Amino acid sequence: MKPALQARGLKVALAGRPVLHGIDLSLAAGHWTCVLGPNGAGKSTLLKALAGLLPFEGQVHWQGQALDAIGPRERARQLSWLGQGEPVPEDLPAADVVMLGRLPHQGWWSAASAQDRQGVEAALKATGAWPWRERLMGQLSGGERQRVLLARALAVDAPTLLMDEPLAHLDPPHQVDWLEQVQCLKAQGKTVLAVLHDIGMALQADAVVVMQAGRVLHHGPCADPATQRAIEAVFDQRIAIHPLDGRWVALPRWG
Amino acid sequence: MSASGQSTFKPAWLALLLGSLAMLGLLLGAGAGSTGWQALSHAWSNDAAWQIVRDIRLPRSTGAWLAGALLGLAGALAQGLFRNPLADPFLLGSASGASLAVCLWLSLAGSGALAAQSLLGLTGAAFVGAFGAVLLTVALSRGVQHSLRLLLAGVIVGVVLGALSNWLALLRPDVLQAMQGFLLGSTAFVGWPACLAMALALLAASALAWPLARVLDALSLGEDTARSLGMPLAAARWWLLAAFALATGAAVAQVGLIAFVGLAAPHLVRALVPTGYGWQLPLATLMGAVLLLWADLLARVLMAPQDMPVGVLTAVIGGGYLLLRMSRGSTVSRGLAPSDVGARR
Repeated sequence: MKPALQARGLKVALAGRPVLHGIDLSLAAGHWTCVLGPNGAGKSTLLKALAGLLPFEGQVHWQGQALDAIGPRERARQLSWLGQGEPVPEDLPAADVVMLGRLPHQGWWSAASAQDRQGVEAALKATGAWPWRERLMGQLSGGERQRVLLARALAVDAPTLLMDEPLAHLDPPHQVDWLEQVQCLKAQGKTVLAVLHDIGMALQADAVVVMQAGRVLHHGPCADPATQRAIEAVFDQRIAIHPLDGRWVALPRWG
Repeated sequence: MSASGQSTFKPAWLALLLGSLAMLGLLLGAGAGSTGWQALSHAWSNDAAWQIVRDIRLPRSTGAWLAGALLGLAGALAQGLFRNPLADPFLLGSASGASLAVCLWLSLAGSGALAAQSLLGLTGAAFVGAFGAVLLTVALSRGVQHSLRLLLAGVIVGVVLGALSNWLALLRPDVLQAMQGFLLGSTAFVGWPACLAMALALLAASALAWPLARVLDALSLGEDTARSLGMPLAAARWWLLAAFALATGAAVAQVGLIAFVGLAAPHLVRALVPTGYGWQLPLATLMGAVLLLWADLLARVLMAPQDMPVGVLTAVIGGGYLLLRMSRGSTVSRGLAPSDVGARR
């Protein structure tokens, strides 16, 4: 089976400063992978580079095709990207923001189709944002806005989703909703790559990419002791990963 | 394009309302003047009355409508392009560029009869100045890809060209009064040729901008998100900037520096009908047109038989309105946040 996304010798420099130093990465299709690492490790930059939003050296392939050989519209249909702390249009209703996720599917002059409307409705319902679809973004709380932005990313209906801090501002029930949503996406054969700061949440993924200083230190399944050791090491042994009810949790080490 | 049921219905009503207000304003404009409604009622039987209506009042009102439309469109484009609700048509130095060019023209041609007769030269100079200043801003910011760099370059160009025109006016005090008239903005001397020029500019700018409304919608989610949605940002920015410069240059050339119309029109539209740029651009165009048309009517009757520079009126009314919105914590005050100008990039 072809990997959904593959990077070879991926290097990125921001304002002349090298941020990613030759990353090799292969993401299995239909899997959920989390990127973990301390601040400044290059996680968001990696996501942007894989989405084709930053100039890079090296190679990135999406399902075997070189990323830069795929046209922008086609790429937008195949790769949905959700950034961290991106601006929101305060004066637009939530549903209109989600409809922007359908732009890659719409002709330049055509209006929203029935399929677009169905996609928007499904995405809004999936993130629980349907009840306030007509409210302006400026009237929503941080968590409500984040659910609308998540719906915007889902509305693209891309086979690969790249999400940077999708759980930001979400309360625990909605974080769990997101986990369930990811399971649904996987069941549809979609690939999810997410940057998370909540290690406990990240440990529910199929695999974890552990980054430090612009390099991938480790990439492996969460249950693998080597993965867990890499996570503990990259966070200066300030956390410890333990089993609990057949899952993995991260607890702070102190005292 | 709209997904929330409410915002597909309301924009059409607002467009209809603005269209009706424009028609009413044009009708009143044909009657407003020193001879009042008499000229209009005798227009069919009296050649002189018909001439007053046809050659003075109608072109003035039509010109006010067109200039306001251009400023409303330019304002909506500026606020969309720079994702800043405080952006206005004069953001990229066009006002200072036009002022300097007018000052230069008046200095060279003299402020007397020659300059007055050379209206085409004056408006031509203002257009070249406004358009040239935007080009200079783009050149200084080394392209159009970075919103913040463009804004900073616009501020620099505005300050430097403004200082130059002030210095020039100081050297030639005889042009000061004519310059003051231009700076305050007036629709008093707009004729049919000016209307034709503005109508063509409005058509061209709308034709350039409207197809790119989706790019502006996507840009409202940030540049990276817009690119991730497949939007051709690089090319679209050039076209949108061309439409912006054309609309601003054409309006400034014909009516001078009219304050607040370009800033307030998109705000009013968003306050009445929250919707995407597919509707926002034409509605801001219509709103700007109606605002200036009615401000011009007020300017003609408030101190009749004297004419009040319409720019003074738009500044007072527009400033008051924005102050009101600011005190209510609208996007005007939020516009002061650096995130809205893409400062993070």
